[in-house]
Amino acid sequence: MASAIAAATAPPTGAQHSVLLLRRANDYLAATLRARYRVLSFYDSGAPLPAFLAASAALEPEPPRAALVVGGGAIRLDTAFLDAAPYLRCVVTTAAGLDHVDLAECARRGVLVAGAGEVFSTDVADHAVGLLIDVLRNVSAADRYVRRGLWPVQGDYPLGSKLAGKRVGIIGLGSIGSSIAKRLKAFGCVIQYHSRRPKDGVSFGYFHDMISLATESDALIVVCALNDQTRHIVNKEVLGALGKDGVVVNIARGGNIDEAELISALREGKIAGAGLDVFEKEPVVPAEFFSMDNVVLTAHEAVFTTESGSDLCDLMIGNLEAFFDGRALLTPVLPK
Amino acid sequence: METTASSTADESPLVLLVQPLFPEFAAALAGRYRFVLAADADPAAAAEARVLLVPGLAPVTAQHLARLPALELVVGTSAGVDHVDLDTCRNRGLSVTNAGPAFAVDSADYAVGLVVAVLRRVAAADAYVRRGRWAADGDYPLATKVSGKRVGIVGLGNIGSRVARRLAAFGCAVSYHSRSPKPSSPYTFVPALLDLAAGSDVLVLSCALTDETKHMVNREVMEALGKDGVLVNVGRGGLVDEPELVRCLRDGVLGGAGLDVYANEPAVPPELFGMDNVVLSDHRAVVTPESMRGVLEVITANLDAFFSGRPLVSPVQLCTLNKR
Repeated sequence: MASAIAAATAPPTGAQHSVLLLRRANDYLAATLRARYRVLSFYDSGAPLPAFLAASAALEPEPPRAALVVGGGAIRLDTAFLDAAPYLRCVVTTAAGLDHVDLAECARRGVLVAGAGEVFSTDVADHAVGLLIDVLRNVSAADRYVRRGLWPVQGDYPLGSKLAGKRVGIIGLGSIGSSIAKRLKAFGCVIQYHSRRPKDGVSFGYFHDMISLATESDALIVVCALNDQTRHIVNKEVLGALGKDGVVVNIARGGNIDEAELISALREGKIAGAGLDVFEKEPVVPAEFFSMDNVVLTAHEAVFTTESGSDLCDLMIGNLEAFFDGRALLTPVLPK
Repeated sequence: METTASSTADESPLVLLVQPLFPEFAAALAGRYRFVLAADADPAAAAEARVLLVPGLAPVTAQHLARLPALELVVGTSAGVDHVDLDTCRNRGLSVTNAGPAFAVDSADYAVGLVVAVLRRVAAADAYVRRGRWAADGDYPLATKVSGKRVGIVGLGNIGSRVARRLAAFGCAVSYHSRSPKPSSPYTFVPALLDLAAGSDVLVLSCALTDETKHMVNREVMEALGKDGVLVNVGRGGLVDEPELVRCLRDGVLGGAGLDVYANEPAVPPELFGMDNVVLSDHRAVVTPESMRGVLEVITANLDAFFSGRPLVSPVQLCTLNKR
């Protein structure tokens, strides 16, 4: 097995360190990695994960100390993984979210973790604002309407609703949430938020609990991490409190919203609309959404632009270099 | 309220209508003015009428105006007034009012919505997901970043200045072209439209349609904007050479477009329907329930001001439009 893996990625001249690559894409990032390191690619090996990790331990002259992994749940950096790869000292993840990494286990074992920092923040924020405008002003729905040739036949598409003065409740005021707030302020929206604790130096209204935030908001934007506390943070009660004129935008994780309750709420007119970039079982999207004109659906792409791709590559390589040089990670998640 | 010599039992001032009012407007204004459809006006009313109210975009021609010798004011209900014969208005010394800033915010919001929708392919991705293609065919292709793009705004009035402020909050570098520079504006003035297009990733049109601006966005400008460039139009269809726009999009000369207005609404060039890099809307940028209430307020304010001899609230500058 080890020879098959070694043959799959012949080391470039002068390469020293080895890196586990747990990522399917064969793109600029992959090519840049191969130019600098000896890359052991899980997806190229064709082996099951435990076998791949065990075989990597036998690599000469040293096993890979660092691993580069994406998010999205395909591979989980959990206890089983870490047990199978005790030689691993650093995990670099390209995802904006960290729910695929067992941070407590990594901390316990002293495994360093580098995240994507703020590479994605502006793109996710841009997309969130785009989704909010789209839901409130029916941009995609009007586009469909015009494309079907209905404008000359049926007249104008129904009115949308003004952004200015809308009270926007941001769930999670980290780097992305703050970027969204900055953009929406320029539209005259009133910004308020919920997070675990109020943020220092922030003038926006803080709501200690989700029901209060939803009651006092015209729109909710979900921008928080997915963990045990935030699973289904937008649930039936929150949707009820948001109300029949309220809209919800989710660019975080599908699991942050109770998807079945969201579908019911939309179907029954308990909320006015939704903009969704993420779903509980991607890439499967509940077909109930497809006939709803007051919903905007995108394919988990808030993070993905051509520009952020190259920014991300620079950052990942930068983190790996820092690790191998014994310097502090550029965008450390662990140690905190 | 003033009455004229020839008004009888109804003391309300006479206002002629080019076409019927929206029901909400008629209801709100009922009892304050005496509304008569211009086409139905008897000779006495036509001779007496000082105000002509133009609901929607109904054309007001020299012929319409010639029938109203006592006319002093044309009240528009839209942001643009290119459907009114402004040359004739200027020659006769008529005042013309538009919707003022009532539509500006919603128009600016929609323009930005179109910029994001085109650059980030939101509408196209939505269509992709709805057809079940995400599960079947994999991720939607990469789009391009909005933040930091160079934005060129044509016309920095009520709408353009608000578009600028919003896109600046996205970290975009904003420049503009207009008839003359605005000294109070923090954005960079570019005297030639072609230079603005060459130096921009996104060109947003938010200026009036006049003889000078008709087809200002021609092939040369679109080539300068380029194969990665995006055109967003919330002004008037006539600002753009539409057949040329379709060709430039089809041939990849221009990267994409977000269009709220067209040369012959509601007809939209059908070649656009199959394009993923285009977002189409049905001239809705201005329209929300709130902006409709806003424009009603502006119309009422202008009518009240006129009939009580006070300055108009949202007069259009006729001497600088249609200069030639």
